[in-house]
Amino acid sequence: MARYVFKRVLMLVPMLLIVIFIVSFIMNLTPSDPGTLILGERATKDAIQELNDRLGYNDPFFIRYVRYVSRALRGDLGNSWKNGAPVIQEIVRRFPATLTLAVGAIVIGLTIGMTLGILSAVKQYSALDVAGTAFAMALASFPGFWIGMMLIILFALKLRWLPSFGVGSMKHYILPWFTTSCSFGASMLRMTRTSMLESIRMDYIRTARAKGQTEKLVILRHALRNALLPVVTILGMSFGGLLGGTVTIETVFSIPGVGSLVIEAIRMKDVPVVVGATVTLATCFTLLMLVVDILYAFIDPRIRARYIRH
Amino acid sequence: MGTATMADIDLKKIDLKKKLKKKGHSQEIWRRFKKNRTAMVGMFIFVFILLVMIFADAIVSYDTAVTQKISNRFIPPGSAGHLFGTDNFGRDILARIVHGSRNSLLMGIGAVVIGIVIGGLLGSIAGFYGGGIDSFIVRTMDTVMCIPLMLLVLSIVAALGASLVNVLIAMMIANVPHYIRIVRAAVLSVAGQDYIEAARACGTPNFLIILKHVIPNAIGPIIVQATMAVGTMIIHAAGISFLGMGIQPPTPEWGAMLNEAKNYMVDYPYTVIFPGLSIGLTALSLNLMGDGLRDALDPKLRD
Repeated sequence: MARYVFKRVLMLVPMLLIVIFIVSFIMNLTPSDPGTLILGERATKDAIQELNDRLGYNDPFFIRYVRYVSRALRGDLGNSWKNGAPVIQEIVRRFPATLTLAVGAIVIGLTIGMTLGILSAVKQYSALDVAGTAFAMALASFPGFWIGMMLIILFALKLRWLPSFGVGSMKHYILPWFTTSCSFGASMLRMTRTSMLESIRMDYIRTARAKGQTEKLVILRHALRNALLPVVTILGMSFGGLLGGTVTIETVFSIPGVGSLVIEAIRMKDVPVVVGATVTLATCFTLLMLVVDILYAFIDPRIRARYIRH
Repeated sequence: MGTATMADIDLKKIDLKKKLKKKGHSQEIWRRFKKNRTAMVGMFIFVFILLVMIFADAIVSYDTAVTQKISNRFIPPGSAGHLFGTDNFGRDILARIVHGSRNSLLMGIGAVVIGIVIGGLLGSIAGFYGGGIDSFIVRTMDTVMCIPLMLLVLSIVAALGASLVNVLIAMMIANVPHYIRIVRAAVLSVAGQDYIEAARACGTPNFLIILKHVIPNAIGPIIVQATMAVGTMIIHAAGISFLGMGIQPPTPEWGAMLNEAKNYMVDYPYTVIFPGLSIGLTALSLNLMGDGLRDALDPKLRD
């Protein structure tokens, strides 16, 4: 098991190198350079050129890439071209808001989505099943940021129950949480339902029932545990996706998260911030997928057995 | 001479049989699809939206959708001549939605079609040949998929400049890995079948096997995924325009309309309600169709 984990961690290295390469390469095509951004449009061409030279911007792309990677290994993601602040500092400052948003949305989506998914599968074709699946499909079809706008109109502007933007208190997060959890909860419901329906039809469920086990235990211990594998995959992927995919929702609710940091930086063509933040989010995603793979082994003894033999 | 005609007739017979069989199969799928009421509702909504898109100019002139008339601003919905009301520039919202359908659908369908073609090519190569090529393609694509989709699209748009074509290119690039995955899985599921082995034994060249045997047999799940992907892409495209990085004003597009209207949603909620409903209804109709298609293609999956 330890060897497997070690091997997976080792595989992260080439992956991250490629991620950094792709993102830097794309941003390299952006019409922007540090000299113009730092000195402003009105600076002389020579001054801009000189600053670019000093910052090493005029070196070939590959050399800059190697330099970036070696600095990143020491935790230095460069400085913003706009305000000179270290990129890593800005990311650390913004990360809590993004994490709070993602974790809250996951908790809500997981609780509601999985519960409804299990109930729908157990009582297939019941009114709850039909209504639940239809509702999930409708939720997944509307853009999250639009659902957020509708919630703001209803709960913040008409009813005046909740604040509509900012991150002053936990109360500020309630609407963003529900907005973000919509599409995640919907996919959770569908995944749990499909997976449960499959596992309920297996022979071991019949065996468990034949043994005279209570229905509740049959569902929770036998059916659900076997249905969890694909659900955990979706959970891990969604969590990773939510860290970087909530740009539009962060914009609607004016949440100062990493996503909105990237979009601000893209607008200002502040390349180091875009690269640094995107690479950080991608790293989080890969780490989460690693955790998912390790979780597999804990959930499914068959997978665990495969690694223990070695 | 005589034998040649015989062979011709034989060939024709085989051809006819093949045609009949093919027709029978698609008719069977259509018959099952028709029985699915929600899928049919989805199809009718989507066909309606397509018709609106095609006949946009006949329904309302493009000028109505873009000409600003400040004296007409914020006419509430339901008023004479402005069923959905007017926006902050006095433009008819219905006209903008009708003409915006072109850009929104074009981006959704375009990104998926081009993505499927490229992803299909790479995915079928990976799935069919396996081995080194397969693991190289899969590893690279897995890596690209670690980058948050929206951020990848936005940085490509930033590099290329904000325009409809560039958003299309960006969404295509960012999505190719997903399609490679889908196509590869579908190809893998048929690659081990006996009829592929048989074709190989007959000495059929690989590209013909892929074209004639693998793709026709693997296409079902790919179509299902593509149908639903169009909906997802429309939502993504709307998100990009909403952030102001996609189609630029005054061109009508559903996401861009939301972006322009978001500052007025406090007092004039209808300016954001209708464009959002259009996006949602389109995506919903595609999802319903995709679901129905999946059930029709493989009745076993239903339960």
